[in-house]
Amino acid sequence: MSKKFLSLEKVEKRFPISANEDYVAVTDVNLEIRENEIIAIIGHSGCGKSTLLNMISGLDAQTSGAIVLENKHIDGPGPDRAVVFQNHSLLPWLSVYQNIEMAVKKVMPELSASELRERVERYVSMVNLDHAKDKLPDEISGGMKQRVGIARALSITPKVLLMDEPFGALDSLTRANLQEHLMRIQQKVKNTVVIITHDIDEAVLLSDRVIMMTNGPDATIGEILEVNLQRPRNRVELQSDPEYIRCREAILSFLYEKFAKDDE
Amino acid sequence: MNKELVKKIFLPLIVFILILQVWVGIASFVKDFPTPATTYVAAFGGINVDGDEISGVLSDPFYVNNQDDKGLFWQIIESLKRVFAGFVLAIIVGVPVGLLVGMSKNAQYALNPFIQIFKPVSPLAWLPLLLFIFQDINMTAISTIFITSIWPIIINTALGVKSVNEDYMNVAKVLRFTPLEKIIQIILPVSVPYIFTGMRLSLGIAWLVIVAAEMLTGGIGIGFWIWDEYNNLNYDNIIIGIIIVGLIGFILDVLMGRIADYFDYTKKGRA
Repeated sequence: MSKKFLSLEKVEKRFPISANEDYVAVTDVNLEIRENEIIAIIGHSGCGKSTLLNMISGLDAQTSGAIVLENKHIDGPGPDRAVVFQNHSLLPWLSVYQNIEMAVKKVMPELSASELRERVERYVSMVNLDHAKDKLPDEISGGMKQRVGIARALSITPKVLLMDEPFGALDSLTRANLQEHLMRIQQKVKNTVVIITHDIDEAVLLSDRVIMMTNGPDATIGEILEVNLQRPRNRVELQSDPEYIRCREAILSFLYEKFAKDDE
Repeated sequence: MNKELVKKIFLPLIVFILILQVWVGIASFVKDFPTPATTYVAAFGGINVDGDEISGVLSDPFYVNNQDDKGLFWQIIESLKRVFAGFVLAIIVGVPVGLLVGMSKNAQYALNPFIQIFKPVSPLAWLPLLLFIFQDINMTAISTIFITSIWPIIINTALGVKSVNEDYMNVAKVLRFTPLEKIIQIILPVSVPYIFTGMRLSLGIAWLVIVAAEMLTGGIGIGFWIWDEYNNLNYDNIIIGIIIVGLIGFILDVLMGRIADYFDYTKKGRA
């Protein structure tokens, strides 16, 4: 459990704003993520948490520092780090089935036609969408779309699953439902997951560790909180669990006392 | 019959009668100007003003007397052939160029000034130059249509490429799509409705231009036919020609619209 898996060393991201001035979005981020660990990154908007995730995914390059996955430096995106985007990013002209098939076909070209179909159908079932597999994204609900996004990301067996506020655009009941889906799937596939969120309950419920970011500019890791809760977790029982309450309070105090944001 | 349908039939009918009245009015002022009645006879045959029994240009549009004397049907076919040849060439060249301009900032910087300068030039301005190059009526007409059609196709294709959501491209990056896979699996499906909009515009303009081009080049074709009828003092036939050009243009536009809808993923459910 303590094997070196994904590490961020002195990671910094600057954006040039004029010829001789840079905006430092995040700086000096050092983090070791263990295999099969679920990490939540939380912070106020503008704390660079999405920037951090984009650097791990390789969609955005860090200005300095290193991001290393299993002894390999990350330079550019790849299917070993699948991303679940906030707005699902399904291709609207492809059905649920075809959206997943497109990803599997590209990443696992060696599969035979029957292996391919078997695999796509397995992941469609994993998110309970068998009944909707031939529907177009526009014909299904937002929560279902996001489930397809998760299935598509997992279908290529990534080493790390990166989720950028995956449930942020959903109503709270749908969000709870998807969190349950994610926890159930995670019990089975045991991926390493990095999830960006601004929801304290979501962070505690889902993760093994919560990374709390300070406010930007020059955002960095403020505190790291270990969540010592047994799995499977039950959201109703957790409400009275002392460890859950302790974690919630720790995050609350970090976000609203130490690093309160008064603008906006 | 429902009220809408009645309106859709009767309102145009009223306008049609008004147009006929204006036409009769003009014919009474301008000497030798055809009336609706003489034009009808010229089209479908009957007794003309001199009391002679004549056959109309639409009674036998399929006749072929010799190379230079063919029925109206063959004139139209000749024009359509030129339009489609030039149009297809413009698609073959314009879509890839549009993709390039849309995908590459450098290509955009390099080509955009020339697209903007050549786009507003009337294609007929090219015609003498093209006639000089090809010394051939057919090639001149086709290449004129090509130059006419290519600009809307390039511009709309590039616009389609630009409209590709960045999230889709991120999906492609994570899956490590090759440039060709990006084009086929993401850019084309998004751009196809835009490309067809460009094609529809192009075809409309091409049909406008072919009439004028054929008047200048001569030989055969509906545009030449109209000009020839002017030289023969058959003014009725000019009006017949105008109506036919309008009807064919309308049909082309409807067909193109149908094809565009067929390829537009936003307009069909795929059950």
